[in-house]
Amino acid sequence: MAKEVTEILDNTAVQRALMRIAHEILERNKGTEDLVLVGIRTGGDYLAAQLQQKIAEIEGVKVPRGTIDITMYRDDLGSRNDLAMGQTDIRFPLGDRKVVLVDDVLFTGRTIRAAMDALIDLGRPRNIQLAILVDRGHRELPIRPDYIGRNLPTARDEQIEVDFNEQHVPVGVSLFK
Amino acid sequence: MNFPHRHVLGIKQFNAEELNFILDTAESFKEINTRKIKKVPTLRGRTIINLFFEASTRTRTSFEIAGKRLSADTVNISGSSSSVVKGETLEDTARNIEAMHPDIIVMRHGASGASDYLATRLDCAVVNAGDGTHEHPSQALLDALTIRQHKGEIAGLKVAIIGDITHSRVVRSNIDCLNKLGADVRICGPKTMLPPGLERLGCRLVSNLAEALTDADVVMMLRIQRERQGKTLIPSLREYSRYFGLNENNLKLAKPDAIVMHPGPMNRGVEISTAVADGSQNVILDQVENGVAVRMALLYLAAGGETQSED
Repeated sequence: MAKEVTEILDNTAVQRALMRIAHEILERNKGTEDLVLVGIRTGGDYLAAQLQQKIAEIEGVKVPRGTIDITMYRDDLGSRNDLAMGQTDIRFPLGDRKVVLVDDVLFTGRTIRAAMDALIDLGRPRNIQLAILVDRGHRELPIRPDYIGRNLPTARDEQIEVDFNEQHVPVGVSLFK
Repeated sequence: MNFPHRHVLGIKQFNAEELNFILDTAESFKEINTRKIKKVPTLRGRTIINLFFEASTRTRTSFEIAGKRLSADTVNISGSSSSVVKGETLEDTARNIEAMHPDIIVMRHGASGASDYLATRLDCAVVNAGDGTHEHPSQALLDALTIRQHKGEIAGLKVAIIGDITHSRVVRSNIDCLNKLGADVRICGPKTMLPPGLERLGCRLVSNLAEALTDADVVMMLRIQRERQGKTLIPSLREYSRYFGLNENNLKLAKPDAIVMHPGPMNRGVEISTAVADGSQNVILDQVENGVAVRMALLYLAAGGETQSED
């Protein structure tokens, strides 16, 4: 049976949400000093690129951006079959930086836990903030985002997908049930 | 991607897609080796036993470092210090070790097929670190990774492998690996060191060194095993060096940007001249560096996965 698809955010809504997050990041951090963006592969990575661009539009500063792959930090090695792994690519020191961790969908919080462990292995940031496009609830760990594009109560068995075009620009968010 | 192999016994068991997947995984692990704190928690709580019945410094150290950087507990057992010298059979030794519940046994053994033999008898994963004159998969994979890093792609490259082919497990794994990845492999060595039926592995036999080197993108020199066969199969090391040794002059026959590889340990002045071994085209230490990343990938893949089919 085909799954029922509902569009949660369209292209314009996604862009507005990201623009608001970019403003909130700048407001909270009082500018771009010591600010860096780290996207979680692969959705978060694309969104971090968008935020970097929007921050540059507002503030005229291109903040450093890196990519983190959390596969090595996952807690389910013995129970998953997909063993594919991406590369972590952070070419600036994290020590004493304000790191905004970016991901597309926040669900159980386990990915964020793994990403924070991975970040801390690479350096000692002054703080880590979390930016999320869609928070769908169902946390299994005490993790709370600092910047949220959209709060979306979901049922556990539903699926949220952020769609990107070929240029890795987000074009919408859909709910599958 | 799914990795449907419980053990890593040889290149033979993998297809091109799986080989590339291992190399991609190794590429991801490479970054850890350049960090200040070289450790990730991927294999936390897993036990890896390095069971080495044959002398090895490079491979054993490389596997040990790989395991430790993934947070596994690694234990080394060498043949000379184990109960093997007291007459215990391989199977009994392995069963005793297995009773202590390791997750992976990494084994080097002098007999071809030793790791296959263990794999069918033990419950834990077996990773072959070299068996007799049969296979040495991690070496072939680190060679492939090194070639890929320097040349971008392996398909279409001309690779010359030169030396004692008969007694080299490195070469057998390498021919298979490079063939599957689309390279054109040529083999050259003294007649006494070429096994019959070599062409069946899918490589071209070349009678002299000049022909093997001409237009090569990659030149892989093998070690003459002086302590073993090297003594009886060639008249003298000097003669070998003259006809099959790589030096600055004959290297000019290869492409100007050709890379020179050697699995180590090198006999300087025998199969490779010091000028070439230290020259700008050598990637020998890159091979060693990539060895750790490849072994991290193999340990990770051997430890991971939910339903693992026997192969």
